[in-house]
Amino acid sequence: MYRYDAFDAAFVRQRTEQFRDQVARRLSGELTEEEFKPLRLMNGLYLQLHAYMLRVAIPYGTLDSRQLRKLAHIARTYDKGYGHFTTRQNIQFNWPALVDVPSILEELAEVEMHAIQTSGNCIRNVTADHYAGAVAGEVEDPRIWAEIIRQWSSLHPEFSFLPRKFKIAVTGTTHDRAAVKLHDIGLVLTRDAAGAVGFQVLVGGGQGRTPMVAKTLRDFLPKERLLSYLEAILRTYNLLGRRDNKYKARIKILVHEVGIEEVRRLVEAEWEAIGRETSLDLPEAERARIAAHFAPPDLTPRPAEPPALVEALATHRPFRHWLRSNVKPHRTPGYAVVDVSLKPIGGAPGDMTDAQMEALADLADRHSLGEIRVSHAQNLVLPHVAREDLPALHRGLAAAGLATGNNRLVSDIIACPGLDYCALANARSIPIAQRISERFADLDRQADIGPLEIKISGCINACGHHHVGHIGLLGVDRKGEEAYQITLGGRADENAAIGRIVGPAFDADGAVAAVETIVETYLEERLGPDESFLAAVERLGLAPFKARLYPDKRAA
Amino acid sequence: MALQVLTANRLRDGAVVYLSPDGSWVERVAAARAESAPEAVARLEAAGRAAVVAREVVEPYPIAVEQGEDGRLIPVRYRERIRAEGPSIRLQCDEEAA
Ligand code: SF4
Repeated sequence: MYRYDAFDAAFVRQRTEQFRDQVARRLSGELTEEEFKPLRLMNGLYLQLHAYMLRVAIPYGTLDSRQLRKLAHIARTYDKGYGHFTTRQNIQFNWPALVDVPSILEELAEVEMHAIQTSGNCIRNVTADHYAGAVAGEVEDPRIWAEIIRQWSSLHPEFSFLPRKFKIAVTGTTHDRAAVKLHDIGLVLTRDAAGAVGFQVLVGGGQGRTPMVAKTLRDFLPKERLLSYLEAILRTYNLLGRRDNKYKARIKILVHEVGIEEVRRLVEAEWEAIGRETSLDLPEAERARIAAHFAPPDLTPRPAEPPALVEALATHRPFRHWLRSNVKPHRTPGYAVVDVSLKPIGGAPGDMTDAQMEALADLADRHSLGEIRVSHAQNLVLPHVAREDLPALHRGLAAAGLATGNNRLVSDIIACPGLDYCALANARSIPIAQRISERFADLDRQADIGPLEIKISGCINACGHHHVGHIGLLGVDRKGEEAYQITLGGRADENAAIGRIVGPAFDADGAVAAVETIVETYLEERLGPDESFLAAVERLGLAPFKARLYPDKRAA
Repeated sequence: MALQVLTANRLRDGAVVYLSPDGSWVERVAAARAESAPEAVARLEAAGRAAVVAREVVEPYPIAVEQGEDGRLIPVRYRERIRAEGPSIRLQCDEEAA
């Protein structure tokens, strides 16, 4: 994985020292809250409902065991013994004291971590496919490019004060696990007819108040030209993006208002001008230096069906569930990619205790070359596990409460912090997720229902990705009471779509019951177990669901 | 005017606090100073502004409270109840300790 060079290390150390000084000046009264607030936000420190919240960047979701142990140490020493993994492949600590944050940042810097670019109107932490470098069919490891973009954007003063925050995601395969169509810029590594590597460039996707699926800006961009082309997009946006209305400031609104053809024309013109000016593109030697950090591990093929695995499969039911849903094929025969569920039945999605972090760090060292990934679905991944190690790994995960075999099933729910933590929330998200997962606790039933992604946000900011949930729940304030609006048919993959609202909102009890009704309706109406929930919704439309959810009204 | 108390977050650690009758900031809403007369609420707010200048708290604002059956003060809005009582969910670390 990528290791800081001396320049990165010095930069992060300098930022940490600056922040220690800023906190001291805030506490001494030299800085007012108005002066201090933008400084703390630049270092990922928010003030939430109950306390400060520190958001730590995990670039493209890649961690090593040493870093995970440090996060455990921070959770234990400075917080309440847990952290929360977010849909942005970050981790949030919910309870740090302001006076401790400089020390936390110092400890993070020891393991090459920081909280830069996790807040504010800058290019945010770049996200990538969480299976990057581990699965077959990848054109290139997308993290190479995510890291190149990170380096380019971190130090780019021109892009520190954009009209609004700006999110970029990269995937190396055509099957999209990084939700690239829901980012300001989505990059899909691809090849042209001659076999040259480049990117399909998508622009203008996003969630929030005005959800939009990104449009294709360019079918093929030679990879060597990535940075100058991104520069052209950002310059165009910086010039034309609205600064008068924060709800209209995202690039998706620009694309919507002036049209993709016009944006393309402007970007291409800017790109040409940049090309004449100077070369902003990365020299090949530098690309190769960064790429070397992501060289695939040297794994020798191993047996696909080792005896220990065959025996565990025959005798151990939870192992069977887990193997079926949480274990995915690896690019090297005899290896597997393992999803580690942070969604125990009745648990808070994405939460992990210090002890669990340490247990997983040990398991990663033992079974996955010390590597861990964070997925945008608020789960973790061990990317390189020999199949013969799977029974032992499963035992280790089970002992730490991390072996729930529910990946992409109905209890694998994405939920934002909601009103239990977030100052912007209308309604709680986590308790709804907990109650839904308790209703569907039986893993046999979950397996029978099949892939079903439920996503919950506590307000229209959509951190819980409700717009793209197969079932989405959005918390709204209905005359001072928490209520939930339900959408169906959203998806975040290469066929991304925004879910459609099924009808009037429900109260909390009603919303949990409604999810069960929706699932029952699907089970009754599906053509067979092979027709997934999403396929059934696409075939049936909303009518049968509406009829069951609102029996008093004639289904529209 | 409905009964009001003044809440804020403590500067040093971010904790949710309430202005108490003796002018200190306390973590229990039940121990807060409640006022209903507009001039008295205005005095609470002035005390809040002074506490910001004195670097004790940030973002003070008045909230509506009511008296529960036992006479204890309870925030009216559920957002403020969650702020007063902490997350409504059991934390995993509590469960492990249990
Ligand atoms: S969706 Fe709203 S409630 Fe949930 S974390 Fe984001 S801002 Fe907070």
